[in-house]
Amino acid sequence: MHELSIAMSIVEVAQEEAEQRGIQVNAVHLRLGALAGVVKESLLSCYEMACGDTPLEGSRLVIEDVPVVVFCPACQTRRSLSSTQLFCCAECGTPTPQVLEGKELEVVALEIEG
Amino acid sequence: MSPEPRLVEIRKNVLKQNDLIARSLRERFRRARVFVVSLVSSPGSGKTEFLEKTLTLLQPRYRVAALVGDLATENDAERLARSHAPVKQITTGTLCHLEAAMVQKALEDWDLNRLDFLFIENVGNLVCPSSYDLGEDLRLVLLSVTEGEDKPLKYPTIFNSADVAIVTKIDLAAAVEFDWHLALSNIQAVRPGMLTFKLSAKSMQGMEEYLEFLAMRLVELRSAVCSSCK
Repeated sequence: MHELSIAMSIVEVAQEEAEQRGIQVNAVHLRLGALAGVVKESLLSCYEMACGDTPLEGSRLVIEDVPVVVFCPACQTRRSLSSTQLFCCAECGTPTPQVLEGKELEVVALEIEG
Repeated sequence: MSPEPRLVEIRKNVLKQNDLIARSLRERFRRARVFVVSLVSSPGSGKTEFLEKTLTLLQPRYRVAALVGDLATENDAERLARSHAPVKQITTGTLCHLEAAMVQKALEDWDLNRLDFLFIENVGNLVCPSSYDLGEDLRLVLLSVTEGEDKPLKYPTIFNSADVAIVTKIDLAAAVEFDWHLALSNIQAVRPGMLTFKLSAKSMQGMEEYLEFLAMRLVELRSAVCSSCK
C-alpha cells in the first residue's frame, strides 16, 4: 500500500503548480499507466485523505487509464497488449519487452472554474 | 448558470522528486565506479540468505557492502553482518518500500570509492517497490520455488521493472514439485527475453554462474565509465 504516499505527491505537485499560477483547483487530471504499480481505486480513496487541510481540499481526482503499448519488432510498429500477463503483439503474436507506454504516473491538467 | 470548467495543462511526473534523487545517486555511483544491485521479492523468498552468500562469496575478490530495508527489525542486518561486509539497515517503519531519498540518507557518510559492489535489499513486497527508482544499475527480482510458478503472472509490473529474475531455493524444487519450464514460460510471458538464473544459496547450486554474471557486469560498467571519461 503505497497509494497514500503517491496521493500526497500528487497533491504536492498540484498545489505547487496552483500556487505559481494563483488558481483555485477543482479537479486534478492524472494519467495512470497499467504498469505504474498503482491501484486506481485505492489511489482515489487516498486522494481525499491527502487533500485534507490543503488548498486542494474538496477537489476531485480524475484518472485517465493508460493501457500498455509495446513496439512489435516484427510489424515494426506500435501495438497494444491484450493482457499485461502476455507481452506479445496483439496482431502477430511476436513476444516483445519494449514498452512504449503504460508506466505513466503524471499530472496532466488542473481543472479550474472558467 | 455556472461557468464551464477550464483546464490548465501541465505535465508533471508525480514521482519527479524520487526520480531526481535517483538520478543524482546514479551519477554518484557512476563517479565512484561502483556497481549497484537492488533486490526485490515477496517476504520469505530467501533474499537475506541469498544476499549473505553473495556477499561472502564475492568478498575474497571484491569490496562489497549492503543496505537492507526492513519494516521494523534489524535481524537482517545482523544476519548479513556474518559475511563481515559493511551492512547498514534502513528501517522503513510502516513504509512498504524503499525510496531514493532513504538510500541517499543511508549513504551520506559512505565513501563509495572504496567499493566494487553495493547491494540494496528492498522491503519484502512485490507491489510497491516497482514504482521507485533507487539509482541502481541492476534490479533483481527473486522468486522462490516454494511460492509457485505463477508469481510472474500475478505481479507482472514488478517483473517489468526488474532486469534479471532469480529463482531461489532450487534445492527444494523436487519436494514442492516445482515446474521449472512453466515458471520460465511465465517469466517470459510477462517479460520476453528476461535473463533468468536458478540457484540455491544453501546448496550453492547455480551460484557460480550468477556471480560470474555480476563480475562481468562490473567489468562492462568500468570500461563504459572509462571510455566516457576519455
